Amino acid sequence: MDTKLDRRRILKAAAVGTAAAAGPWFIRDLHAADDIKIAGIHDASGGLDIYGRPMIDVLTLAVEEANAAGGLLGRQLTLINYDPQSNIQYYTQYATEAATKEKVAVVLAGITSASREAIRPVLKRFNTLYFYNTQYEGGVCDRNCFCTGSTPAQTVEKLIPYAMKKFNGKKIYVLAADYNYGQITSKWVKKFTQENGGTIVQTDFFPLDVTDFGPTIKKIQAAKPDIVVSVLVGGSHISFYRQWAATGMKKQIPMASTTFGVGNEHVVTNPEEHNGILAAYAYFQEVKSPANADYIKRYQKRFGEKAAPLTELAMMTYHGFNLWAAAVKKAGTVDRMKVIEALEGNMSFTGPGGKTTIDPATHHAVLDVYLAEAQNRQFKVLESFSQQKPADTAAVCDLKKNPNENQQYVIDVKV
Amino acid sequence: MDLVVIIILQVIAAVASLALVSVGLAVIFGMMRVINLAHGEFIMLGGYAVIYATRWGVNLWVAMLLVAPLFVGVVGIVVERTVIRFLYGRMIDTMLATWGLSLLLIGAATMIFGNTTTGVSAPLGSVTIGQYQTSLYELVLVVIVVAVLGGLMAILRLTKAGLIARATMQNPAMAASLGISTNTVYMVTFGAGAALSGLAGALIAPLSGVLPTMGVAYVAKAFITVISGGSAIIAGTLSASMLLGSLNTLATFVATPVVGEITLLFAAIVLLRILPQGITGRFFRRAL
Repeated sequence: MDTKLDRRRILKAAAVGTAAAAGPWFIRDLHAADDIKIAGIHDASGGLDIYGRPMIDVLTLAVEEANAAGGLLGRQLTLINYDPQSNIQYYTQYATEAATKEKVAVVLAGITSASREAIRPVLKRFNTLYFYNTQYEGGVCDRNCFCTGSTPAQTVEKLIPYAMKKFNGKKIYVLAADYNYGQITSKWVKKFTQENGGTIVQTDFFPLDVTDFGPTIKKIQAAKPDIVVSVLVGGSHISFYRQWAATGMKKQIPMASTTFGVGNEHVVTNPEEHNGILAAYAYFQEVKSPANADYIKRYQKRFGEKAAPLTELAMMTYHGFNLWAAAVKKAGTVDRMKVIEALEGNMSFTGPGGKTTIDPATHHAVLDVYLAEAQNRQFKVLESFSQQKPADTAAVCDLKKNPNENQQYVIDVKV
Repeated sequence: MDLVVIIILQVIAAVASLALVSVGLAVIFGMMRVINLAHGEFIMLGGYAVIYATRWGVNLWVAMLLVAPLFVGVVGIVVERTVIRFLYGRMIDTMLATWGLSLLLIGAATMIFGNTTTGVSAPLGSVTIGQYQTSLYELVLVVIVVAVLGGLMAILRLTKAGLIARATMQNPAMAASLGISTNTVYMVTFGAGAALSGLAGALIAPLSGVLPTMGVAYVAKAFITVISGGSAIIAGTLSASMLLGSLNTLATFVATPVVGEITLLFAAIVLLRILPQGITGRFFRRAL
């Protein structure tokens, strides 16, 4: 066999190679011209995957269902899911890629406030519409960005008085994650405690990798509060609930939390460790409504019976996608400004979590809030509060007056 | 008064847990001079061994005290045979190799177990001291750590195997010329160090939960403790744990957990500035 490589052969091979490589590109471009591309950036791995994976599943299903129903404006949707691996650096990288290379119509992304603040400026610069669907501390004021999750004025405001009344207590001890969400939310806890005639005995902050809560639990015992409020975040902090129950304190001091359950903490801990913990969110899987029951059936059919339980983060991703889709239909285009204007026309979507309406002044959501108690790996919904306004962000942000604003206000909580 | 008792108990528990996560490294690094950056992942494997053993119906105590150390010990022996034995005396190379191993184990654990925190609940319930309550498990943990260190001391001091191990570490050429298979001794010692790390992971699993990346939180602390301790593996680990553990806990009580961590690191820096050879480089020099 002749294995000699001469110039002619190499040139021939190169020409064939180029042609072969060009083929798929050509086809892909044709395909792409027809589809509306959207991007999701949520952590499917790393420490935050407990939050991210249900969000990805819900978004995937939402796009599949929209496509099955004929797509948007007669075009099919293509969803690009990026996994930033709980690493902020990948968030900016993927946001840039989604905006510049893929030129997507909208990006639904971000779990921690840190990740949101990393990609929000990127998407603003590249004029790409952004939906942030996580409950957070409030204050983002940016016309390019829509925040569909709940904020403290919607949830903490209900949670604290309810806990104080139910547990008949006034002295509260707060444990919070040591980053902007924990710092700011603990201020809201203090504000609503004081407004209801209570006092904060102490607030302790914990870096996200702390797993040993032994000394803190002893400090809580020494302070003798009536109620413990947890603003703890992520996988490592779950050990607090275990250690708290192991010392026998759970039977003595009741607990409310602004975060328990959004990471499915109530599934990985035991009933002895979580029964009775109060929480308030814009959605619980246990919400009783025909829309919710139907949605859960579809969700479990697609991802199996053992699919991760749905949280507010996942459900608001679903609401966020549908708000965008409704706005695109109304605007008749995926053009960013026209879609923003359509959303600002009090665009509203009623889904499994109730009714979610975009507040044009803040680009946050008016939504239904539920208060529930953890019971045997589930939540028991105790009360619901219809159509809560994002009063915290509204106090600092008015995009109608100042459409060019672009920042996150640290809301000055008067305490 | 109750508060004093409870703080003392908390300090003892912190010292014990620091000694626990360090002792496996003390054997591997202190005795064999192998910089084992996969130490944290051995701890992680111990944690997963407990989770899976209990899921398959093994009694929790059996899982923690037997299954986990045995499993991680076997992993350690495999690692020693396939990687470490080619690198003795090449400290930087072992560092690189074990770092790679650490990344490999994290990746493999993420693929197999998923990147989610799992855990078992702490057994035994709680005890009441005056107005305070503490978890009985934490106290049992202290007893186990004392037993482990005592047992290790006894093995090294009183048994022939311990004597052979110490002799091999001190002068491998001489030991070999006296008919000892140093190869086997290295293998067994590395396996024992890994088993101790596995035991540590098993015992802290009910307190902290288990995650593929959990080792990262412990490897730095373990190295700081072992290096601060100096050349004597048991006395060194114990004295450094006492010093650093109690400072950390007291600072946490007085201020916050963040200040506690800073205090620990700061104390280690000051310590190594004053005593570059570690605590046992100056004190307890003849200790083990």
